[in-house]
Amino acid sequence: MKLKTNLLGKAYAFRDVKDVLAKANELKSGDQLAGIAAESAQERVAAKVVLANMLVCDVRNNPVVPYEDDEVTRIIQDDVNERIYDEIKNWTMAELREYILDDARTAADMQRLSRGLTSEVVAGVCKLMSNLDLMLGAKKAVVTAHCNTTVGLPGTFATRLQPNHPTDDPDGILASVMEGFAYGCGDAVLGLNPVDDSLASVDRILRMFHDFRNKWSIPTQICVLAHVTTQMEAVEKGAPSDLIFQSIAGSQLGNEAFGVTAQMLQDAKDLMASKGTSTGPNVMYFETGQGSELSSNAHHGADQVVMEARCYGLAKRFSPFLVNTVVGFIGPEYLYDSKQVTRAGLEDHFMGKLTGISMGCDACYTNHIKADQNDIENLAALLVAAGCNYVMGIPHGDDIMLMYQCTGYHEAESLRQLYGKTAIPEFEDWMVATGLIEAGTRKLTKRFGDASIFLS
Amino acid sequence: MYQENEVKDMVRAALSELLAAQGAAAVSPSRPGQAAGRGSATAVEEGFVPDVTAVSTKDEFHVPDPANREGYLAMKRSTVGRIGVWRAGPRYNTWSMLHFRADHATAQDAVFTDVPDEFVASQGFVAGQSLCTSKDEFLTRPDLGRQLDEETKAKFARELPKGAKVTIMVADGLSSAAMVNIPDIVPAIKQGLKGYGIDVGPIPYVKYGRVGSMDEVGQITGSDVVCLLIGERPGLATGESMSAYLAYQPNPDRPESWRTVVSNIYAGGTAPAEAGAHVATIIKKILDERVSGVDLSL
Repeated sequence: MKLKTNLLGKAYAFRDVKDVLAKANELKSGDQLAGIAAESAQERVAAKVVLANMLVCDVRNNPVVPYEDDEVTRIIQDDVNERIYDEIKNWTMAELREYILDDARTAADMQRLSRGLTSEVVAGVCKLMSNLDLMLGAKKAVVTAHCNTTVGLPGTFATRLQPNHPTDDPDGILASVMEGFAYGCGDAVLGLNPVDDSLASVDRILRMFHDFRNKWSIPTQICVLAHVTTQMEAVEKGAPSDLIFQSIAGSQLGNEAFGVTAQMLQDAKDLMASKGTSTGPNVMYFETGQGSELSSNAHHGADQVVMEARCYGLAKRFSPFLVNTVVGFIGPEYLYDSKQVTRAGLEDHFMGKLTGISMGCDACYTNHIKADQNDIENLAALLVAAGCNYVMGIPHGDDIMLMYQCTGYHEAESLRQLYGKTAIPEFEDWMVATGLIEAGTRKLTKRFGDASIFLS
Repeated sequence: MYQENEVKDMVRAALSELLAAQGAAAVSPSRPGQAAGRGSATAVEEGFVPDVTAVSTKDEFHVPDPANREGYLAMKRSTVGRIGVWRAGPRYNTWSMLHFRADHATAQDAVFTDVPDEFVASQGFVAGQSLCTSKDEFLTRPDLGRQLDEETKAKFARELPKGAKVTIMVADGLSSAAMVNIPDIVPAIKQGLKGYGIDVGPIPYVKYGRVGSMDEVGQITGSDVVCLLIGERPGLATGESMSAYLAYQPNPDRPESWRTVVSNIYAGGTAPAEAGAHVATIIKKILDERVSGVDLSL
């Protein structure tokens, strides 16, 4: 392994693999804040050159957090299929990139490859990819998952219906639920971020969702995104939940900041197997986002792309139904502007798919970042082109509880029309049966967008 | 002293002047005739097209022929979420789309516009600055926004009283528009404290300041309580929201949980005069109990 290169007549030397990975990253304000970013555009390219020459085994054998110190590293390393790894360990990272982009590659090839990779290798190859590379690579890595329905099938594109309300008012939540389903949203999941994280609140909302879904025979999944322990308590007591949600980080320290351990996630999955309402086998839902480790000082000096990839390595252990990065939520000190948010969204989707998880994206922005609704529509369109399993759907893109903006209810059908996609098959049939779209032509009816059809 | 309304007008005027100078808010009527085709000039009428933000999103309803109109309107009363907005094909209705963009513009202008120096001077603040030298640096370097620059440290040490019971301070934070609350909230806090026999001295102001800047002010002044009034990260259409952060003998070694927060202070949330009275009672409680944040029993 070499850590030095000459570029344009100038010599560059890097400290170790972690340093190369950080400096090879596309420009991110979070890496600058952490003091680990390349100091010039040329140094960034020099790091990419050094990285491209490294072997897969060099990258695997130098995890950014030591195996002994961190359970996330242990999970990632222990879950590697050593036979598949042996086939690729002496490839250069450049060869790995070109293997992925080779047009002979099938979805089965990608699935097999993913089992031989660690998260550092996934992040490393991501840093050698342009945006279009990321899209094309992700599109080949088809990942489906089944809970009550199947997400991620080629030709489909789904959304999470996110009916948040600033006081968890049941009528207010239900109003947004009806509006969302009337726009053909919610085939991935109906999932609320509660204000009140208490057991009683979680139980009440889950029952409300369950009743509504049953009344209208909507083929989908339901979930309330409280802390994992609260959801488990609710399920123990008989609350009807199809999925258990948790935010996760790419290091043990980062997960401690969220109040979770790998054991807790395993317990949640086991509980769902015995007491969940869904068919399964995929019953977990995770959210992630570049920069969260740095914000809790749990990044171990590593860059935010490699820490994000490690979230996916952890997630994979639990065979999740859904994983999404919340890509523009964290603020401009981690992702400065729409260009960085767009790049991060494409990176995260690619890395998730290459890891082998059912990947979606909350394409979003806060009000103190240089981005607007146009930027987020752009990102959503790029993601669907890249085969992204789902994005969010909220009323007119305005989340009145989390105080940020993301993709609105209207985006779901717009993107399906743009790319000739359908909803998840069972949900698509339900849309026809409910009279939202015409069979065959998919033409929108006058009921499409009228939430009051659910008032009877 | 200025009257309250005058100050509010001054803030608004100064902000809009600044915007106009940047070319962002310049509204000029289209020139008649020049671009009209086939020789027939379009007559320019007097008057304004309706303000798309005049009707609140709660009352905005565009569904042309709903299955249940009354029921739909009742649904709208249960949430401020933008529902009942209808569509053009699969896309947004023009009016709800423009309303949304106007609301986002309000938020963006609140974040990316600086508080005018004239406003700071008009309030008699002792003006200082964090280590940030631009809005961009402020947004990307929260660590620098928590620290005062050397000149400001010296100025605050020179001009602020030592060992005061209470220091009120102001920082722009993430919203310049939040400064409209200052002329209401500051007198309300002072009046409340006067009721407890506590006088407040000069008010330091930190440009490009984050919440943590109150720790250095606490260190420099040795005040028992520092009360920081700071612009919040705007929500859509709520650019004027302000928070009050309170801490007993703050310094940079205290944890975040040492701060007590009163948030959502603006005309559409907790009215600034009302919030000021509330803040004064919390300050008294902090002084009595000599703790703040999670340790304070409210």
